[in-house]
Parts: sequence; C-alpha cells; structure tokens
Amino acid sequence: MWLWFYKLASPPYAYAMAARLRPWLLWSALILMAVAAYGGLVLAPPDYQQKDAFRIMYVHVPSAILSLSVYIILAVAAGIGIIWRIKLAHAVAAACAPIGASFTVLALATGSIWGKPMWGTWWEWDPRLTSELIQLFLYLGYMALRSSFDDTQRADRASAILAIVGVVNVPVVKYSVVWWNSLHQGPSISKMAAPSIASPMLWPLLIMLLAFMLYFAAVLCDRIRAEILKRERNASWLNALAAGT
Amino acid sequence: MTEPGLMRIVGLIVARELRLAVRHWDQVVQPLIFFVVVTTLFPLAISPSLNELRNIAPGVVWVAAMLASLLALESLFRPDVEDGTIEQWALSGQPLSLLLLAKTVTHWLLAGLPLVIMAPIVGTALGMPMSVWPVLAGSLALGTGCLSILGGIGAALTVAVRRGSVLLALLVLPLEMPVLIFGARAVDLAMHGEAVAGPLNLLAAMLLLCLALGPFAMSAAMRISLE
Amino acid sequence: MGQNGVGKTSLLRCVAGLIEPESGEIDWHGAPVRKEREAFHRQLAYLGHVNALKPDLSALENLHYSVRLRRDVERHEMLEMLARLQVSQCADLPARALSAGQKRRVAIARVILSGASLWILDEPITNLDRGGIECVEACMATHLRAGGSILTAAHQSLLTQHARVRVLELQ
Repeated sequence: MWLWFYKLASPPYAYAMAARLRPWLLWSALILMAVAAYGGLVLAPPDYQQKDAFRIMYVHVPSAILSLSVYIILAVAAGIGIIWRIKLAHAVAAACAPIGASFTVLALATGSIWGKPMWGTWWEWDPRLTSELIQLFLYLGYMALRSSFDDTQRADRASAILAIVGVVNVPVVKYSVVWWNSLHQGPSISKMAAPSIASPMLWPLLIMLLAFMLYFAAVLCDRIRAEILKRERNASWLNALAAGT
Repeated sequence: MTEPGLMRIVGLIVARELRLAVRHWDQVVQPLIFFVVVTTLFPLAISPSLNELRNIAPGVVWVAAMLASLLALESLFRPDVEDGTIEQWALSGQPLSLLLLAKTVTHWLLAGLPLVIMAPIVGTALGMPMSVWPVLAGSLALGTGCLSILGGIGAALTVAVRRGSVLLALLVLPLEMPVLIFGARAVDLAMHGEAVAGPLNLLAAMLLLCLALGPFAMSAAMRISLE
Repeated sequence: MGQNGVGKTSLLRCVAGLIEPESGEIDWHGAPVRKEREAFHRQLAYLGHVNALKPDLSALENLHYSVRLRRDVERHEMLEMLARLQVSQCADLPARALSAGQKRRVAIARVILSGASLWILDEPITNLDRGGIECVEACMATHLRAGGSILTAAHQSLLTQHARVRVLELQ
C-alpha cells in the first residue's frame, strides 16, 4: 500500500495515472450531472415557499460545498508537500487553486441568482454568501502569492504556509460571519436555507454533489498533468515521452 | 562560551528595536497620522452630522486602524531583511520564531498601542459617547495585537517580493476579517448598552492563538524569503 | 574559487543552511545538519555580500546587538577587536557614515567576536585595501591556528601559503 503511495509521488507515474483516470471521471461526472439535473429540474416538485426558484440550489449548494472542500484539500496537499518534501503534493495544491476559486465564483453567482427572487436584491450580506466571498479572497491571495515568486520551489513553500494559516482561519471566519449576521435579523424569513428536505428533492442534490466531486477530480487530473509538464519540462522522462519512445 | 538565556535575548531585541525607533521617530508617527487622516475622510464623504456618524463610528475607527496597521507593517521586516540583519538572526542558533515574536511585539508597542490610545479621541470626533471608551480601547488593544501577528506572517511571506505592499494587503486583510467583525461589533454592542463579554473573549482567544502559533508561521515564512 | 555567476554564493548559503539543497545532504562532524540546525548554527558565523549592519546604529552598537545574541561580550572586547581591524575611530560613528571598506572590517569583527569555530565568508575582502586584506588574512590565520575552520569564496586566492588549505574550483 505504501509502495503504491510512494510510486504515486513520482511525476511520470502520476502523469500517466492522471491521463488514465480522467476519461472515467469526466464521463461519470457528466452522466451523473444529467441524472441529477433531470431529477432536480423535472422530477422534484416545486417548493411550497420558494416555488421553482429553489432549483438553483442544485448548483449552488454543491459548488459552495466544493469551494470549501477544495480549499481544505489544497491546504492538506500543501502541508504534505512542506512536511514530507514531496514536490508533487505542491503541484496538486497549485492545481487545486483555480478550480476552487471557480467553484467559489460559481457559488457566489448562483447565490446571487437565487437571492434575487428571494430578497428582491442581487446581493445580501448573509452569512453563506459573505463567507463565500471571503473564501474567494483567500483563493485569490493564494494564487497572487504563488505568481509573485519566480522560483517554483519558493512559491510552493511560501504559498503552503499561507494555505495552512488560511485553513486554520476558515472555521474562525465561518463562525464570526454567522455571529455577525445573527445580530441583525435578515430582511426576509426565507433566507437561503434549503427547503425542508423531502426525499424527492434530496437525492438529486446528493447525486449532483457527487457529480461535482467527480468533475473536480477530472479537471484536477488535467491541471496536474499541466503542472507536471511545467515543472518537469527539462526532465529526461518527459523528453523520451515526447520523442515517442 | 557562556550562552545568553532566552529572556536576555528577548530583552536584547526589544532594546534594539526601541533604540532604532528613537532614531527614526517619523517612521513611528506616520501610521498614527494616517489613522487620523483616514477617519477624517468619512465625515467628509458622508455627512457632518454626528448623529449619522455615530452609527458607523465603530466600524470607521476599526477599519482605519486596520489600514494604519497594514501601513506600519512595511517597516516591520523589510529594512532588516534588506540590510542582512535578519539573515544573521536566522543563523544565530537562537529560535528565529522567538526573535521575530519579540520584534513584532515591540513593533506593536510602537505602532499598535498609539492607535489604541488615539482611538477614543477619534471616536469622540465621530460621535461616540465616552462610556464606550473602555470597550473601544480594549477591543483595539486585543485586535491590533492579532493584526500585528497576522500582519507579521504576511510581511514575512512577502518581504522578498518586489513592491509587495499591495500583495501584503491582499493576503492579510481576509485573514483579519474575523478580528474586525468581533472588534467593531463589540464597540457597537457597547454603544447600544448590550453585553460585550462574548466578542471580547473571542478576541482574547484569537490573540492567544496568534501568539501561540503565529511565530512559527512567521519564522517558516521568513526562512523561505531569505533564500 | 570560480568566476562570477558560477554559484559560489549559493553554495556557501546552502552550507550555512539558508538555502534548502534540492538533493544531497550537508554533514557537519559526521551528522546531517538538517537534524540539529540550531546546534550547527551556534558553531557557525556567516559573512555574506551585505554587511548586516544597521545604518542608524554605531559600529559598537551593531556589534553589541549582534554578537550578544550568541555570547556575552564585554565592551572592551569589542573595542579591542575594532582596534585589531584598524577601525577604532569608527566605534561611535553610525554605520551609514562609514566607508564601504570600514563597514566590511566591522562585519569581520563581528565574525571573529562571535566565537564560532566555522567561518563561512563570501568574498570577505571586497572593498578592502592592501592593508585591510593583510589584516584579514592575519585574523584568518590566527583562527586556523586555534583549530577553527574557514569556508570562503573569493576571486583571488587567500592564504595560499597556509599549510592546510584546500581549493575547490567551481565551473
């Protein structure tokens, strides 16, 4: 088992592995998304309070969950990279960042779209949206720090420290934003809470969540391969591969 | 070869920083002036009416303090990295985290504490009642401590980056948002006569967490920047 | 030894522990340096391209605040060392008022006062005149006689007459 893990940390193996996994991940993600979309948009009945508006939840909730999970994965990978000095772990962290940021933007956009029929405005400073926004800043800061170093090794390690500090901060941010918001009563009773979950509404959500995770993994495969190409461009194994041997 | 104890070393760093500050008063005073200038912007931008300003006063004072502390961070590590003295610290055989913590704490005494003292005056100018002064000063004292340490981590990460001040702000401000939330709201609650123990305790807890873990992040970041 | 850009400074910084080596290990007295970094650093004094002097502090104050991080020194010891390097007149002048050569001498005084057994010196004789170079070579010879070691990078060779000198040419 450890041997496999050790092998995974070698760039050529990871490169090949990512290439093999990607189609499986991508196709299962797309199929599940179609299933979940059908379940969520067609099969699930309209909500008592929110009518059809709640259906955006099927995109919003999974992207919000993923925007946070990807950050945690990023921080864990960066931590592994810095403690055990595994360069591939740093590549994973670098690859995760833009994907996580995109999920965050998606969550914010869908949150805003969901909010319009609910609150009448395109934006409200409710806890979920506000902490998504702060999450976006954390991603952007990470990517900005990375790009400010010329040397990849230093960029890896500096951004790893930032990611670890950030991930420790995330629960603090979440709690503080909830507290901050609780001091004011929201403008409407129905905030962004998912409607009381009845099972015909729930299963498309869970499937969509799984689909998003698989999609993330598929895109991650692509990005890791790109990262490996960038970092190992002078390595002999890559030259051999390109030469077609 | 008698080795100096840790307390002696902390004392040495503090003495050094104070002596350097005395010879460069302008660097110490500038963030304070910035603080006052920024708070003046708000009445100009919004309204001269104290009734209106009173509502936003806690937030304005806190945001101005955050921005002033960001500005002060420029002088925390950059000069010492540029002239090579921090490199010597990293090679001195003493724990770099302790040396950087001592430096940051002294920096807070010179940059954060004046803000804490100035804030009630500025707050009153924005319509805050005097009864709120203790909570204002207390929350700012705890908060600026956190800001100094979080800022120190950001400064250590960006000290080797050319023109890294905006990057520093971008990295540090999101991390500092919880401090702002608890601090500013504590003052706001005090102004409405409500209990402030909750947020103040949380601020104290955050400060302790920063003091406990921050120096290690600072020293790891600094070693990377020194490469 | 080697020409500009060949990597002398990087090698010295790597040995000192400022740069992480991408591969390989640095061993001191048979044990890897990475395990006992602080203990290794206590035995080492580093002089880089920059002199590590605060411009607003006097030469004496600079020595005070840097050497005392490692060991207790008396004021008269610091004054004696400055005299040995022929910069006594600089003792109370702020470092920004000193010439480049004088600053270098003060920095070397710091290295000697630290009491470390291993000196890592990167181009120690930059900005020094003939007299300064001789002075530094004399200090280096004394250190070697007392059982210390020196790792240095230079354009021209230093102390080639000394018995136990190994010259590494980098290309």
